[in-house]
Amino acid sequence: MANQELEMDRDNSDSGPMVSLRDLHVSYGDREILHGISFDVKRGETMVILGGSGSGKSTLLRTLVGLERASSGEVWIQGKNIADISQDEMDEIRKHIGMSFQGSALFGSMTVGDNVALPLREHTKLEDSTIEIMLRLKLEQVGLAGFEYYMPSQLSGGMMKRAAVARAMAMDPEILFFDEPSAGLDPIIAAGIDQLILELKKAFRMTIIIVTHELASAFLIADRMVLIDKGNVVAIGTTEEMRKSTQPRVRQFLDRVAEPEVARELDYLQMLTEDRRPAKMPGGKGRA
Amino acid sequence: MELVSQIGGGVTDGLAYVGSLATLAGRAAWYTFVAPFHGRPLRLTRAFSQAMDCGVRALPILSLITFFFGLILALQSAYELRKFGAIDLVATAVAVSMTRELGPLITAIIVIGRSGSAFAAEIGTMKVTEEIDALETMAISPVSFLVAPKFIAMIVMLPCLTIWANSMGILGGGVFGVLQADFTIGRYVRASMDALILRDLITGLIKSVMFGMTITAVGCLEGLNTGAGAEQVGKSTTRAVVMSIFMVVLVDLVFTMLFFFLGG
Repeated sequence: MANQELEMDRDNSDSGPMVSLRDLHVSYGDREILHGISFDVKRGETMVILGGSGSGKSTLLRTLVGLERASSGEVWIQGKNIADISQDEMDEIRKHIGMSFQGSALFGSMTVGDNVALPLREHTKLEDSTIEIMLRLKLEQVGLAGFEYYMPSQLSGGMMKRAAVARAMAMDPEILFFDEPSAGLDPIIAAGIDQLILELKKAFRMTIIIVTHELASAFLIADRMVLIDKGNVVAIGTTEEMRKSTQPRVRQFLDRVAEPEVARELDYLQMLTEDRRPAKMPGGKGRA
Repeated sequence: MELVSQIGGGVTDGLAYVGSLATLAGRAAWYTFVAPFHGRPLRLTRAFSQAMDCGVRALPILSLITFFFGLILALQSAYELRKFGAIDLVATAVAVSMTRELGPLITAIIVIGRSGSAFAAEIGTMKVTEEIDALETMAISPVSFLVAPKFIAMIVMLPCLTIWANSMGILGGGVFGVLQADFTIGRYVRASMDALILRDLITGLIKSVMFGMTITAVGCLEGLNTGAGAEQVGKSTTRAVVMSIFMVVLVDLVFTMLFFFLGG
């Protein structure tokens, strides 16, 4: 099913995919984490990579930005197979991508402004005054105007995420990657980050790839989604197609149904604590 | 048979570790001495800041310890020398021991405690909080950005600190000389200077540069190899200190043998 959709994607694409994965395998030592992942991300599209803990979605994202090497297969970004290029070539590609990490990964020893300005200072020959203007602009875009002299430790979790997005956008990237953008944030702040991603998408028409397991957030911001499970693509499609999917693993993920063994463990715990209240779901299935 | 296999495994691991250190130090040296000629920036501001941390701020504790060490050395030498009526050789004993061996070694050990551990903790924390990954995704080499400035700072500051440590050690010995061996300060200093030849100073300084490179490489390598979680940062820091002391002593042995056989 996934392969059929891939073919459809290529036919419908106006200008070819921005990111293209072909039979991607990634291993840590002897343990293979990704077992032949293939899909495309179109230019200007927001693709959400969904998956449970340990599904391999973070490994997939790390491979897309070149932090992990593919053991086999192809990863095409901007017309180059990053699975088979030199460090210098990879660095050239990295100047055109931005990455926002799960924990923000701001440099604690630098001010917010210096964090945002770092890629500009490293990769451009712009005057300091120009960089100053650009960093203020970037901070304004993420709603952090006036915070350039703050240290990251003085910011809240949501503000740190915004500052990280500003840094990721410093070089005006063509592709923006997000790793768990709402992780560790309260629902209101998380909604603010979702809103920011939507605004970026609307304003800059960037290609955005987001790894998350937050379903509400995923359905709000995605154009398309790919569900990864145990290192394989289980399903890929638009948000509507995913909602209507009858694929058992998709349904289990979207309906948040626990694994049978977890449900059994919950029953066992319930028995131990002599809690005789009825289970949340009939048939021994509980909610994760 | 199992013992042989374990020894073999240990030797292989040790050689691999030394190989990793040499690779990291080589890359840092490339970013310091070669890359600036290929249009890559030499991060002098960061290097200056590191030099202040690992050099200037180490001066008070280094001064105190090496002063005491000079005094201890004078007391220990005098214990034997006075049996032969040669107590005025205390100045020679202190000056030569400090300059050739103890000055560089004590300086290195203090710098390991202050800076080698800090390098591992800083880079290890950055690894855990994905800051190293962030650098890489911004196409900034962590070796260029983090290791090279420390490398520059250490190879410049360690010899400077060593010269200072030598002086403080000689001063410590001088206090004993003046109080117990009928020296005047001027005569003690002159006796120390007469005992030293340029080669003594140079061998000590060559060692201190090598120690600086070793401490930087071990501290940064342990930081970069930190696993996930805060606990691993602690482990990396401990390993950095232990391995740095071991490697510094090993480098000291190699260079002392080298100077010995080369007639130095």
